[in-house]
Amino acid sequence: MATVAPQQLRTGRWSEAGLLILAAAVGVAGYFLVGLSLEGGPPPHLVPVGAVLVGIALVGHVVLRWRAPYADPVLLPLALGLNGVGLAMIYRIDYAIGESAGPRQLVWTALGAGLAIVILFVLRDHRMLRRYTYTSLVVSLVLLLLPMIPGLGQEINGARLWIRVGGFSFQPAEIAKITLAVFFAGYLVSNRDVLTLAGPKILGLQLPRVRDMGPILLAWLASVAVLVFQRDLGTSLLFFGLFVAMLYVATDRFSWIVLGLGMFALGVLIAVNTFGHVAARFDVWLNALEPEVYNRHPGGSGQLVQGLFGLASGGLMGTGWGEGYPNLVPYSNSDFIVASLGEELGLTGLLGILLAYLVIVQRAFRTSIGVRDGFGKLLASGLGFGVAFQCFVVVGGVTRLIPLTGLTMPFLAAGGSAMIANWIVLGLLLRISDAARRPAPVDQSVSDDTVLTVLGADDGSPGAGEQRHSGAGGESPGAADHRSTGGDDHPTEVVRP
Amino acid sequence: MNTPLRRLSVVVLVMFLALMGSATWVQYGQAGALNDDPRNVRTVYRDYGADRGPIVVAGEEVAYSTEVDTPFEYQRVYTEGPLYAHSTGYFSMYQMTGIERAATSVLSGTDDSLLWSRIRALITGSQQQGGSVELTLDPAAQQAAYDALGDQRGAVVALDPNTGAILAMVSKPSFDPNDLAVHSSSEVDETYNALVADESDPLINRAIGGSLYAPGSVFKLVDAAMLLESGDYDPDSQVPAPVELELPQTDHVIRNPGGGPCTSEDTVTLTYALQVSCNTPFSALAMEFGEEALAEQAEAFGFGSELDIPLTVTPSTFPGDMNDAQVAMSAIGQYDVRVSPLQVAMVSAAIANDGVLMEPYLIDTERGPNLQVTSQTEPNELGEPLSASSAAQLRQMMVNVVENGTGTAGQISGVSVAGKTGTAESGTDAPQHAWFTAFAPAEDPQVAVAVVVEHGGAQGDEATGGRTAAPIAAAVMQAVMDR
Repeated sequence: MATVAPQQLRTGRWSEAGLLILAAAVGVAGYFLVGLSLEGGPPPHLVPVGAVLVGIALVGHVVLRWRAPYADPVLLPLALGLNGVGLAMIYRIDYAIGESAGPRQLVWTALGAGLAIVILFVLRDHRMLRRYTYTSLVVSLVLLLLPMIPGLGQEINGARLWIRVGGFSFQPAEIAKITLAVFFAGYLVSNRDVLTLAGPKILGLQLPRVRDMGPILLAWLASVAVLVFQRDLGTSLLFFGLFVAMLYVATDRFSWIVLGLGMFALGVLIAVNTFGHVAARFDVWLNALEPEVYNRHPGGSGQLVQGLFGLASGGLMGTGWGEGYPNLVPYSNSDFIVASLGEELGLTGLLGILLAYLVIVQRAFRTSIGVRDGFGKLLASGLGFGVAFQCFVVVGGVTRLIPLTGLTMPFLAAGGSAMIANWIVLGLLLRISDAARRPAPVDQSVSDDTVLTVLGADDGSPGAGEQRHSGAGGESPGAADHRSTGGDDHPTEVVRP
Repeated sequence: MNTPLRRLSVVVLVMFLALMGSATWVQYGQAGALNDDPRNVRTVYRDYGADRGPIVVAGEEVAYSTEVDTPFEYQRVYTEGPLYAHSTGYFSMYQMTGIERAATSVLSGTDDSLLWSRIRALITGSQQQGGSVELTLDPAAQQAAYDALGDQRGAVVALDPNTGAILAMVSKPSFDPNDLAVHSSSEVDETYNALVADESDPLINRAIGGSLYAPGSVFKLVDAAMLLESGDYDPDSQVPAPVELELPQTDHVIRNPGGGPCTSEDTVTLTYALQVSCNTPFSALAMEFGEEALAEQAEAFGFGSELDIPLTVTPSTFPGDMNDAQVAMSAIGQYDVRVSPLQVAMVSAAIANDGVLMEPYLIDTERGPNLQVTSQTEPNELGEPLSASSAAQLRQMMVNVVENGTGTAGQISGVSVAGKTGTAESGTDAPQHAWFTAFAPAEDPQVAVAVVVEHGGAQGDEATGGRTAAPIAAAVMQAVMDR
């Protein structure tokens, strides 16, 4: 998927415009159908919902043309489409349970998208973030510790993940996943050479040196601390998974993954044996349909099984908007919104949604491959992997592929902090993708005119040339590594004999 | 860094493929099983507003959907309410039972056999209607059983021994399914909770489920079948008949009903032992033949087998790993032997049908919305628990029970009836359960029946199988033969 065909330089902005119209239409039409089904006419909030979705499309498109003309053209439409579908479902569930989560989610959507646009304005170059590597670490730690402060922190369903300020509760961990990705990217790009050094070899596996294992140990301890003190398996998993994935990208050392998985397994083993609620999760996962597990309160499989029932009753084509009973599942508009969507939109709709995420994630990796600086590569892949990991944990949990853990589905689930965080992620990805696809300035260190011409005929980007190098690495083993032109950046490829 | 990035993107692709796989598994592969799960109220909700097809008994709709002015549009009406309650089941906002549940795909029109009808409805834009289900029940027999049981707790099952068709199935006390079909969740809740709280368990179909009953002396039919099948015994064989049978390794003794001897002799014929229902001969012979021989005979009659008629029948049990004393108790239908009235009727039906056991069934035909037959139940042999000659001998012994023995109250004028009584200790101080099972006419059986009256019913301590249950059986058989 990383091959680059020689082509005319196209920004894709017009394709994006078309896709944005489609994306806004999906959300508005979904909500309209909810109204038709549940009250026989247009739903009451059709105008504000339409205004926000169309507004994001319009403003987003104009700002991208202006501030990031080379940004990836499918990222914003996909995010907007998912957000619209999520909004329609949240409004739909409001009908059933008499809440008003929809209007709140609409405000958060506008705020989140607004923040993404602000990022495109303020952050002219993603490499600026590298200056804040250690600031990000401090911010992350503070964010993670906030819920532990008595009076400020709030415990919901046994997990201590929220803070409450005024009338708003907020989940700082959602923001922390971004600041941590920034920190990991900055830290790893500076230290990857050391982490790549070979240590002892065990069972044919080249392990890193023991003295270099400090950072992974620290990350592991931190995620275990999240698990122990905030009692949230999902967030803990996300942080550790993010670190291991980024560590692997930075070092290309498979041993880090083995090491990470090993530590992860150890952590799970300890958690299962130490914490009743983790053991209960496994029991629920393995024996969900057993009557005694189903009926157990609390910690039974009732929610999971009701979600499965919902998915099953949706079948291939779904019941249609407003025609199912998604509200029978607790948290049907947040943790279990996937089951709600699967019920009403069917397997067809759910697969479409999963494909949308897959494309977002693959576009993030594509950006990561295309961008020239190591920091950008790590940040884009980290953010993309974070989205993928959340999808995997949530959908895997709801469909009983893996034990259920509490994470939110990006852009879909009701919840303000997640909405803000995911739009920030999208803003960053757009910014990095703009850098990745932007043709290189002519007046920099590339001095050979012929090279420039060749590359220009290609994709106009030295990055594309580099990809071709690494893609054809087997054919030209001694190829000199291409150094980026980004001033203070580290080399993006390390020469290995 | 691009190589690990590519690898990582492949890992992510695999993760998503796994998600798509598991979503497909849940929404397509497992969907049928999940939708059929009784805890999945969505199936009920979805079907609830549908124009379901009727449940028919002898050409009359006993359950049908009628249009009402509520959001659900259609409500279920049960014309005879309590009479057929345990067969039809009920169709409430929360769950469905009985045939409503077992045949829901036909009734709601979602069955595969109605695919063409569904496609037609889709093309013409009309609403898919449900198919109809016609039961095997005979209204006269059902009514006779219902009336004869009266206010007593118990159950009656009548079978056509030649086919296995269920002609009557009554469980008392009953309930009115109409009260559970209303479109008010609070009313349904109230009715349902009251029914569940009722200590007489009206919702339980005692004929095929619940906690089952000790069979008492009706189990001697199984003993007798085993003895005749062994080839060592015939109806005239002399069998030991002590006044008391001491049970090994215990200080218990088995006595005969009434505590006295069967006759003045030490031995009696097998026919006579069954006629007056002596306990000691059957217990002594069971210890001699052993647990396995008895268990084998019981299983041949259907003990321990799963049955869907298509209502789920709780399998009757014959205990294992017993000592001799327990075998002796089991032979007279005590200890841990537990039977459903349907199982007892199956024993009689097999004897009536020359030793061939037919599979009981409740659904005769299924029809599409256009009344075309989509499924017709064919009688199915379950096995041959005893040979035709043993069956003929046992039939004669049972005729003798009704003519000269404990079952005289089961006589029908002008018809020769074969039967066996039972009076089973219920394990508590409460009065015994009264049993009677029979078939008639003996020479050309049309109906086999089993009756149990819990704790002796209205007669309490005075009740015996012969006195309490036999007249009910006679009334039901009479009703079948009168049609």
